[in-house]
Amino acid sequence: MKNLIEVQNIKKNYGKKEAVKGISFNVEEDEILGLLGPNGSGKTTTIGMLLGLLKPTSGQIFINNLKLEENRIQILEMINFISPYIELPKKLTVKQNLYVYSKLYKVQNIKERIDYLSEKLRIGELLNSITGELSSGQKNRVSLAKALVNEPKVLLLDEPTASLDPEVGDFVRTFLEDYKKEKKISILLASHNMNEVTRLCKSVLMMKNGEIIDQGKPEDLIAKHGRTNLEEVFLKLSRSKSEFN
Amino acid sequence: MSLTRIYGLFLRHFYLITRSFPRILDLVYWPSIQITLWGFISNFFATHTTYYNNAVGVILTCAILYDFLFRTSIGFNMLFLEEIWSRNFTNLFIAPMRIGEILTSLVVTALIRSLIGLVPAILLTSPLFGISILDLGIFLFFLFLSLYIFGITLGILVSSGLLRFGPSFENIAWSTMFLLAPFGCIYYPIETLPEIFQKIAYVLPLVYIFEEARNILINQTVNIENVYYAFMWNAFYFCLSIALFYYSFNAAKNKGTLINMGE
Repeated sequence: MKNLIEVQNIKKNYGKKEAVKGISFNVEEDEILGLLGPNGSGKTTTIGMLLGLLKPTSGQIFINNLKLEENRIQILEMINFISPYIELPKKLTVKQNLYVYSKLYKVQNIKERIDYLSEKLRIGELLNSITGELSSGQKNRVSLAKALVNEPKVLLLDEPTASLDPEVGDFVRTFLEDYKKEKKISILLASHNMNEVTRLCKSVLMMKNGEIIDQGKPEDLIAKHGRTNLEEVFLKLSRSKSEFN
Repeated sequence: MSLTRIYGLFLRHFYLITRSFPRILDLVYWPSIQITLWGFISNFFATHTTYYNNAVGVILTCAILYDFLFRTSIGFNMLFLEEIWSRNFTNLFIAPMRIGEILTSLVVTALIRSLIGLVPAILLTSPLFGISILDLGIFLFFLFLSLYIFGITLGILVSSGLLRFGPSFENIAWSTMFLLAPFGCIYYPIETLPEIFQKIAYVLPLVYIFEEARNILINQTVNIENVYYAFMWNAFYFCLSIALFYYSFNAAKNKGTLINMGE
């Protein structure tokens, strides 16, 4: 399988503070990789570097074999991002927001793309609604539509189902599974929902204090650490005074 | 440069303005109030001082020109602040937009915003005060162009600060024009300023623009030198602002401001 994301020994320092301490990993085509770790472990910094919002202090990032540092625009055309911490302009209608972002990503058949996403994400009846007036679940689906408007090869998800009720959360997870299978995209998923990670991810990276402290398939990690589920593994690793501390 | 992307970002702000009657009202309301106020002050001075006796529209014309500058600068800042307030900043900077495309789009949108406010204000001056800014003739275009470039330049400088320091720089965004206004010699000749302030004023394009507006209206002559110096200083500050914006963008990528902007 081809690697769509290749991260080679990236570090990020803020002054003397080392936020990310030289991590490397790959994400294959048609793979969802989970990025786990307690708050402040370096997950958001890592995602920021993958999005070109943060410049690594050292190390290299390749997306679809293109070096991020030298091909920022070309790479941004093929990736997208969703996070509960960023929003779409609240005063615009859903349709206007999707249209604007379709233009920014130079989508060719905008109407067809919006129609497709509306149907898949069940937001057809919301298209003329004001974005700021939607419920959390509706906003989440609209943000996901925006994140897929450019048919990304790589999707970065930062807690995509945080604050969603179980029904909407399940809908989003099922959608992501199906979409990944259909389009063969790579997904990097940062989440604190261990059930979600177990269900969606082929493998996971456990981060702590800016380092990868363990990685592998969820079932392998559970067996390796002698626990019954991934949440217990997470708690064990995040509470342990490892050699990295 | 992609016109599609420039148009896309323009649309984002166009939709915002056209969807909201209070926003349109806000754009029109302040310039009209400002011009009306200065119109009456202008009339008062015209009848009670000798300096403006031959040109009743001098103060009002300068007020219109200054308002255009103010609206352009604030308008540009507002476009940038809107992205921060709506927590859309990260979405914008992860879209495949070049810095040049973002700036071009904001420059065009700021012009349209300024004109929405200015045109009704200009139309008011003729029936209310019997004054037409068109008395400045063909040079009106050059003066407006010069003010527009300087307004945009200030907007880019403030946006650079927002990029570099984050939303905490917002208060500076509102006060920039007030800081420069005394040195601009908008309503008085440069000789009014103390000598040390005159030296500062001479390295700003504003003083040449407003001196020339008064020169045309009072003396009915044109001093091309003023127009030339205004454009020269404008070119200098505009290039400086673009360089600073790129520097701030890179500094923000190092510091992490871009990813935390909406929080």
